[in-house]
Amino acid sequence: MILGFVGLLVLLIILPHFLSRYLCELLTQALILSIVAMSLDILLGYTGLPSLGHAVYSGIAAYTTAILLTRYHASFPEVMIASLIVVTIVAALFGLLALRATSHSFLLITIALTMLAWGLAYRWTSFTKGENGIAGITRPDLGLPWDFRVAINFYYLIFICFSIALILMWAVVKSPFGKSLLGIKESPSRMQALGYNIWLHKYMAFVIAGIFSGFAGVLWVYYQGFVSPVDLEGIPSLEVLLMVALGGAGTLFGAIIGAVILVFFKSLVSVHMERWMMLMGIVFILTVIYAPEGISGLARKVYNRLRHSGQSTELPVSKSSM
Amino acid sequence: MDFFIIQAFNGISYGAIIYLIASGLTIIFGIMDIVNLAHSAYYLLGGYVAITVIGKTGNFYVGILCGMAVGVIVAIAMERFFLRVLGGKLLAQVLITAGFYFFFEDLCLAIWGGDPQWVKAPQYLTECLICGTLTFPIFRIVLIAVAVGVALGLWLFIEKTKFGAKLRASVDDREMAQGVGIKLSTICASAFAIGGGLAALAGILGGAYLSVYPAFGFEILIYAFVAVIVGGFGSLRGAFVGAMFLGLIDNFGKALFPQLSYFSLYAPMAIILAVRPTGLFGRAK
Repeated sequence: MILGFVGLLVLLIILPHFLSRYLCELLTQALILSIVAMSLDILLGYTGLPSLGHAVYSGIAAYTTAILLTRYHASFPEVMIASLIVVTIVAALFGLLALRATSHSFLLITIALTMLAWGLAYRWTSFTKGENGIAGITRPDLGLPWDFRVAINFYYLIFICFSIALILMWAVVKSPFGKSLLGIKESPSRMQALGYNIWLHKYMAFVIAGIFSGFAGVLWVYYQGFVSPVDLEGIPSLEVLLMVALGGAGTLFGAIIGAVILVFFKSLVSVHMERWMMLMGIVFILTVIYAPEGISGLARKVYNRLRHSGQSTELPVSKSSM
Repeated sequence: MDFFIIQAFNGISYGAIIYLIASGLTIIFGIMDIVNLAHSAYYLLGGYVAITVIGKTGNFYVGILCGMAVGVIVAIAMERFFLRVLGGKLLAQVLITAGFYFFFEDLCLAIWGGDPQWVKAPQYLTECLICGTLTFPIFRIVLIAVAVGVALGLWLFIEKTKFGAKLRASVDDREMAQGVGIKLSTICASAFAIGGGLAALAGILGGAYLSVYPAFGFEILIYAFVAVIVGGFGSLRGAFVGAMFLGLIDNFGKALFPQLSYFSLYAPMAIILAVRPTGLFGRAK
């Protein structure tokens, strides 16, 4: 699996040189969103908590960043630290509320909490400029010799941030903490019998996922140059969920694949088809029916079948170790 | 005082619409454990079909019947062909119902366009009742009456009829109900039929006073879900209380604190949930 990981990174490093500026910017967007998707995967795929409000953390971080940049002219490190602190506090508060419920109720509460943040962004016009959003955000000036308004330079900056996030999240899921999350997803009662503090694990997973999502939110504002209540709506959260499901929950890479596919799909299909949203709905439906474990699940099945063709038809019991 | 009465009246009439949708949601959730994100699709379809039918026939009541019929048919079809096979897998439900929602919202956009449209109610319903300094639109009074009527009707149906007893049994313990010989497929189909029909009715009536536009589906869905969350899952009483609570808080919040209006709506919800996570009348599942 390390091979796959390295291969992916190499691909991502050399790819932009072959892409047009537009596609390069799309790939940048995909990388930012894949950070959000991966953080949701920690929550959904590893802990089993289906959150439909995950984009709220990136949205809140985005607004924090935007306000600090436009009104207080903060620098990149200040913005990053401030946003991460804000998101941590919000995730800590939301987690306390949401984790009082399980599965379906949890899902709905996360939706409602998203709407709470959306409502503030939308109506508290004196602070957030409401529907107009906050514009005029330029690419960061880090005192480095590269101009980040050039697509490919910005791409590499995002790529570095993406790699840092990926490595950190990878470390989280591979750690004993991450393993216990998987255990909680499989059987909370068993884990409790073994003496684990289920609630605390879930809570920490929730907050950690929120922080990474917030990190992506900061990058998002620099990418888009603009933030509006739309970034906090239900649709981005749903899209992130689809990215995780499309790619395969419980495998960090699935989230990356899902993000890339969805971003390219949305942008490229909407150019040709006015009814792309209908198509997206159909994609949701087909994914559930035909690829319930996402693309990485399909890939695994194909890989297993190839590996075991000629041998007995028994498939290995455990998931291939990742 | 006038302000208070008018806002309360508006709040209750809005709550009436939310109740019509929330009741279906809570029945579906109570029986089948399905979080139906496509529920507002029935609202949209009902409203739009009614607009078209009323446009063609000029008859409001025929429009209502057709709109509700469409809601019922689409709901049953969705349940029968897609949702039944999924069982209780939450992620699958969310994705597939969300997919249907996107599909239908875009379909409505394609067929009817994005501009808000109004359902044309008959003349006698659009007049106003004047009491001193206050003016009450008759339509909203009728709307509240309909919601109360539906609430009573559902209560009678569920508490006093044999079919209602089967429905309740399925909510309480699905497997035992099946074991006793209750045909679950009929129950599930009826749950969706009731939900779809009521949501469509909400779309038609709401379409007369709030207008129908594709994005509204999502807005009203969130309200309905919050009503169900606050009221408690699987509880019709909870859906009613939750819907009214929501309608009132929303109206008063918007009137008194416009900049914090949505916050004043979701914050009490968050507080209620902090105190009682299963909602006011809900049971832990």
